[in-house]
Amino acid sequence: MFKIEERSAAIEGKDKVQVELHGGLKYPHRLNFYDKPPIYDVSIEEFETSALNRLRILAEIESSAARNRTWEETKTVTETQCEKYLPLKSSSAIGADRESQRRIDHLGHFVLRLAFCRSEELRRRFLKAETTLFKIRFESDVGAEKELFLNSRDFNWVAVDKAEKDKYRTELLTYQGRGDSFETDKYYKVRWTRVPDLVDKRKVFLKGGWAYVPGREQSSIVYEEFETRLERDLLLTARYMPRLDEDMRLGGILDNLSQGFLAGVSSEWSDAPTDMNGESIKAEMVDDLAAKHFPMCMRNSHQRLRKDHRLNHFGRLQYGLFLKVLGLSVEEAIIFWRKSFDRINDDTFNKMYKYNIRHSYGLEGKRANYPAKNCQQILTSGGDPGCPYRHFSPENLQSALLSTYGPLGLTSTDLYEVMNTVKGGHFHVACTRVFEMTHSGIGGVKKGEGIGGGESVTHPNQYSARSMELAKAHEEKATQMLT
Amino acid sequence: MDKVSPEVMLAFYRRLYPFKSIFHWLNHQPTPESLFVKREIAFNLPGDVIIRYNSFNDHDEFKKQVCKLNPTRFEIGPVYTSRPRDRKTARPGSFNPMQRELVFDIDMTDYDPIRTCCSDADICKRCWSFISAAVRVLDTAIRDQFGYQHLLWVYSGRRGIHLWISDKEAMGLTDEQRKAIVNWLTVVPKDESKRLNVRFGSRALPASLQTALDHLAVVFSELILYDQDCFASPEGYEALLKLIPDTRVVEALRSEWTAPSSSQDKWKSFKTQIKTYTKNSSQRALLTAAMEDIILQYTYPRLDENVSKKRNHLLKAPFCVHPKTGRVCVPIDPERIEEFDPESVPTVGQLLAELDTVAESAEHHSDWERTSLKPYVDMLEKHNLRIMEEVRKEKRGSDMSW
Repeated sequence: MFKIEERSAAIEGKDKVQVELHGGLKYPHRLNFYDKPPIYDVSIEEFETSALNRLRILAEIESSAARNRTWEETKTVTETQCEKYLPLKSSSAIGADRESQRRIDHLGHFVLRLAFCRSEELRRRFLKAETTLFKIRFESDVGAEKELFLNSRDFNWVAVDKAEKDKYRTELLTYQGRGDSFETDKYYKVRWTRVPDLVDKRKVFLKGGWAYVPGREQSSIVYEEFETRLERDLLLTARYMPRLDEDMRLGGILDNLSQGFLAGVSSEWSDAPTDMNGESIKAEMVDDLAAKHFPMCMRNSHQRLRKDHRLNHFGRLQYGLFLKVLGLSVEEAIIFWRKSFDRINDDTFNKMYKYNIRHSYGLEGKRANYPAKNCQQILTSGGDPGCPYRHFSPENLQSALLSTYGPLGLTSTDLYEVMNTVKGGHFHVACTRVFEMTHSGIGGVKKGEGIGGGESVTHPNQYSARSMELAKAHEEKATQMLT
Repeated sequence: MDKVSPEVMLAFYRRLYPFKSIFHWLNHQPTPESLFVKREIAFNLPGDVIIRYNSFNDHDEFKKQVCKLNPTRFEIGPVYTSRPRDRKTARPGSFNPMQRELVFDIDMTDYDPIRTCCSDADICKRCWSFISAAVRVLDTAIRDQFGYQHLLWVYSGRRGIHLWISDKEAMGLTDEQRKAIVNWLTVVPKDESKRLNVRFGSRALPASLQTALDHLAVVFSELILYDQDCFASPEGYEALLKLIPDTRVVEALRSEWTAPSSSQDKWKSFKTQIKTYTKNSSQRALLTAAMEDIILQYTYPRLDENVSKKRNHLLKAPFCVHPKTGRVCVPIDPERIEEFDPESVPTVGQLLAELDTVAESAEHHSDWERTSLKPYVDMLEKHNLRIMEEVRKEKRGSDMSW
């Protein structure tokens, strides 16, 4: 039934599964290097749920990284999540259906490979999250079982024999290990390129390009092996993807999966009712807030950020301060920008942007509490990013307004009036009219009422605050009616 | 006279620049391979204009274009998945750097806090000792620890030196691996106020640094204590005191050093202070370790790490002319690095003058043979032969499989 699975099986491995040898046990080890694809029948439902559950874990791992959680914290959080969505018990566990747990783990991984092999960015993120997951599992694996797992495959390392070990005794001991246990300690030799993390920290003895890795750092080799294999396989899958005439039903599922990852599915916020009151806005909520409550200028910044994955300096400043006043804490702001600039690595982000974010929150430099830019400042800023009502060409503005506020009830007949106001140079008024038009339904705002008491928009934050207030009041009314 | 006027440069490219040797060096084989044809060459034109993503089919085409554009210098980039000049026709996302020599850059400016003879762009025979110490240490480390053999050291034309490593494994290193090797070789912290941190707890110096220390201890006494006399001035010895982790010793030394004395004497009194602690006491071990760290701090190679960390970093090609000094960026034999004198490197003006004295009617293609550039080109050619020999051997090895 699953052509994809069969094809990829044909691509990646000729010898059938690691099965049979182990007395009918298909998955002898808890850990899996995912060398062989699943080549059995799978129901469409299983196909989707196994992937969705795994995706939750991976998204949690990603957001742990964005939130700068320590390794221990990340581990705890991930293990709790795994317990819930993707339990994977050790071979000695009693009463657990190990086979089916391992099967789901196996299947989920391969479904996500199909979903995430499609672009460079997806591959990179998937690779990072999967490797982290593997590390967490490897660390928590029981000693004896780990040994069995390691013995089950060839890592291509050379055990250092006694003569060679004794020859380099002094050198080896300046890095790691202790004199008294040296006789029993094991060392493995690999090319240094396979353990860059150990070389980076100067933790191994190097001779002629070979790294002498002590037994307790063996995991570095394993992780590196896992990562390079997965990276290679993802590229391979990507290359073969277009040639698979896949089942029509799968395309949609795979699309959904990759998009969910991009948006960070860990956030449950979009399902939850809007019960916040400005104080506790989370990074994941910004997308939704932008769609419902932002004035045109900030919508424009947000869309550009999403589209280009970058924003120029003034754009960041203006939009960042707006978000600050909106109620985004500095921690959430860092997460928000980190996730938005997903084309750069952590190093660059910390070096180039983190300081500026903290600065705008008054935590660096002269520690001033900078206010958000008001309409006057935005209007006179010279147009980059600027006020769309003033700085966009009329055609551009019309189409932008329609696409942005169409979902909130703005129609092309309304546009005529707005555009006339713009032509007259009354940019505030135009913005206020758009507010009135888009809040006539939910908030019951009438023409001329402005953002309350006939006031017109003079500050983007005022616009959003009022919009959120109206939405909240509406919500409360609705709940009252129900009870 | 302007040493490097466009006319001079053009004559240099036409008559002297060893295009063929550079081609062999980049290509590893006599006939054009992807190592050359997919290689990025970037031209620097006057007025800070850079033309990137040029690539050529062979050295003739390369030379023709150089003579046409007459750049002040040109830089060498990575080998890409496809020809850099055709990059716009490549599928989006599929134009990526694949291979590149592992390169290092040591620049005298990184030594400004410690050298006392010159500063900024200046360099003299005396400060060259810092560079030669660095070359000794790096050359040994890379050959011995990383096992690479094809190392080409090139004078950067003014106050530094470049290293190009052409071993197959080195060519293929990823950015992550390049970062790892840089961090392995970086010892002196960028932040001046920070102390060296290279040990694991109270362990002895890691073996790789112990080897370096054995050589650098000699350099330290000759260069830092004697020649540069780094601790003569109050600022100089205060910097030293900051690195000593024992307040009693620091106070004792400070009061002693208010009377002027040479760096050698100061170092001696520091050693005497260490000996006031009994043998095998932990304080003595700590101070001895600090003493070793100080030697490394003052003499260990300081790398410009950004050059090495990324595969796609551009680096000035050997035999280019430094626009300020007019000197040619010539290869240097690491075995004779101590004898090297930057002032004796031929300038482009001098080379052209040499050509005039042996004036003959027609222009030859390899006119460098009749100038003082010859020994340097020969050095590169010898280096190329070793690379090509290895490639040939490898090919023959794989052909045996029939």
